[in-house]
Amino acid sequence: MSTLTKFSAIPYTGPAPTNRSPYLPAGVEQIDARALEIGAKIASPDLEHEAGQDMPTFVVERGKIVDALRALRDHQDLQFTLPLDLWGVDYPRRRDVGRFDVMYQLYSLKNNERVRLKVHVREDESVPTSVGVFRGYNWFEREVWDMFGIRFEGHPNLRRILCHEAFQGHALRKDYDPAQRWLLTEKDIAKIIPTIVLPREESDFEQVTLNLGPSHPATHGTLRIVVTLDGETIIGAESEIGYLHRCFEKMSETHTYQQVIPFTDRLNYCSAIINNVGYCMAVEKLLAIEAPPRAQHIRLMLSEFMRIADHIVCIGANLVDMGALTNFWYLFQPREEILGLVESCCGARLLPSYTRIGGLAVDAPSDFLSNAQRLVDKLPKYIDDVDKLVTRNRIFLDRVVGVAPITAADAINFGFTGPCLRACGVPYDVRKAQPYGGYETYDFDVPIAEAGDTNARYLVRMEEMRQSIRIIQQGIDRGLPAGPVIVNDPYVALPPKAKVYNEMESLIYHFKLIMHGIQPPVGEVYFRVEGANGELGFYVVSDGTKNPYRVRVRPPCFPIFEAYSHMIIGQTIPDAIAALGSLNIIAGELDH
Amino acid sequence: MPVDKIENSGSIIGRKSGVAPGEQAEKGLLTLPGESDIDSVGSGSYLATKVDAMVNWARGNSLWPLPFGTACCAIEFMSMVSSHYDIARFGAEVVRFSPRQADLLIVAGTIVDKIAPVLKKIYDQMPEPKYVVAMGACATSGGFYRVYHVVQGIDEIIPVDIWVPGCPPTPEGLMYGILKLKEKIERGEIKR
Repeated sequence: MSTLTKFSAIPYTGPAPTNRSPYLPAGVEQIDARALEIGAKIASPDLEHEAGQDMPTFVVERGKIVDALRALRDHQDLQFTLPLDLWGVDYPRRRDVGRFDVMYQLYSLKNNERVRLKVHVREDESVPTSVGVFRGYNWFEREVWDMFGIRFEGHPNLRRILCHEAFQGHALRKDYDPAQRWLLTEKDIAKIIPTIVLPREESDFEQVTLNLGPSHPATHGTLRIVVTLDGETIIGAESEIGYLHRCFEKMSETHTYQQVIPFTDRLNYCSAIINNVGYCMAVEKLLAIEAPPRAQHIRLMLSEFMRIADHIVCIGANLVDMGALTNFWYLFQPREEILGLVESCCGARLLPSYTRIGGLAVDAPSDFLSNAQRLVDKLPKYIDDVDKLVTRNRIFLDRVVGVAPITAADAINFGFTGPCLRACGVPYDVRKAQPYGGYETYDFDVPIAEAGDTNARYLVRMEEMRQSIRIIQQGIDRGLPAGPVIVNDPYVALPPKAKVYNEMESLIYHFKLIMHGIQPPVGEVYFRVEGANGELGFYVVSDGTKNPYRVRVRPPCFPIFEAYSHMIIGQTIPDAIAALGSLNIIAGELDH
Repeated sequence: MPVDKIENSGSIIGRKSGVAPGEQAEKGLLTLPGESDIDSVGSGSYLATKVDAMVNWARGNSLWPLPFGTACCAIEFMSMVSSHYDIARFGAEVVRFSPRQADLLIVAGTIVDKIAPVLKKIYDQMPEPKYVVAMGACATSGGFYRVYHVVQGIDEIIPVDIWVPGCPPTPEGLMYGILKLKEKIERGEIKR
């Protein structure tokens, strides 16, 4: 057995940063005006408006947060029904209002707008739990407890979620040493007792508790599900995650803004470029810059290619779980070619780290469009063949129709986004609702299905691949805009190498950027893209130094897998396996 | 019958000259190590080898991998076993998820402290002889995750035979690692 080693983080000893100006978001007047309107509509409790934020933001008293959430959810004109995120931020030097901020973000499907609530919490204080309002906040609150040590009064199951049981302390507190590990031994492994939802007393069968995972062929990574069976029917289930907790958020705080990009690749590693784009656009929003049109065009096309690749992995692996191996072998061929296209752009296939803050690392090769066209010509055949083989296949339909359904109301209450939400008939797609990076100029449809079961999720993904092909085809037809692929701003992008070698000024800029990094204005910003699994959001806090003060990722898988243990109640184990594959849980994203 | 001289000392199968490869086994013309041709007394076909060499040859050509896939590397492992790269060409395509049926543990992905005891248990459950490939930077050294919840290389927990670099390694890279392991086994370097 290994011994525990302790590394200490190297503190930053360089010169003091120069950029301390506050961040002012674009269109701040309209945002503030809208915030005052929302505040006026909520009679009780009082929402104290915080001006100058990138979305309507309110500070709520600690005891009144549950009422505030309920009022926002239930108000007829507002209907903030979708709980997007809940996270914490630590400000250890803040003495007046308490050390921690607990943040809530809600989304209104009716008005297509967001709202952020803040609760200031002192170290010895707790927050009432909001699980009664939004079921999806159950795991989010556990995560905040795990990472910051903020207690949630009345939470049904407040135990660690990402870190292991023998872990001491709370990792995302600013005074926690980033490299301090704690050893977990075999006797400390979590004993999970599944919550039995519907005890059926008159059953003839014995109840059996069964463990699936974390190393199990159907869990596609590192998930653990403990189920209680009555005969063959699942009557209770509990999921355990954190088996791939690679500490993305803590790592971000110890690296510079550019250095965070490779970590974002490894969140959803099936569609890495979408993560790159999401993070870079969040920092670009903070810097108030925009990538050049050529860079945006390449970003958008590769994002759509990656979405197809992600759906191929999901559908292929899901069908393997159901015994249909052919599609997996067959679909991986075009996927390899998509990765080959990415490789031709930047030299890496799966995790390219292709984007930079302000644009792209290098320009796409001259045959990029012709290669993309060749792929676009080829892809529909593969999709159609799988469609013919599977979609109306009797065996397949018996395995998926009506399996692990979830109603639209439940899905919204849990905080679903992406294909899983659209499979319940809710047409929410970030690319349409709040377009970014040029999606507003493209013509595509958002497929929805009504049933909310495994079959609906499969159908939505199949159609989304076709829509992605449509987008890429339009991108090819328009051609790549001329111009550079990264902004011409020496405080953001490195000057070209030829200039660095020949000009004093460029050399200095190069040196400054390498040594002191990008130093955005002081402020906080949230940006979201449509990831392959749903809304992928990055919340970045800057204190003006070269390292982000806090990076929060909103992983779309997190609430979806949270709902999984509720969706499989009343199903059988094979159905649960089929349902798990259709949710496309990516462990890197789920566990941060 | 005269015996052909075996030129390639690496190969331990004797072949008759002038016989098409597919027909040899059916006609009994293929001679496996240790067999002698008793039909024709006095001019028997035989080959002298060591039991160890024979066994190692067999082991190296029929590795049954257990992919302990946790993260991104597992996706590249999937690429390696699927159609484009096709590890079946080297006899290592029988992917087993039960440690009792596997002899090659491919640790593909980051191992964090929470899953470390599980990895140890799976390794313990595998029957001898067993080989371990650490795929990628994370399994090798923790990669760029030098942080509070990540094991800094799986050799903290279990012995490793082959380290494959890369983040993630390309499928070719992993394939090369497996071929290197095969060589190592056939040379008899790995003693269990």
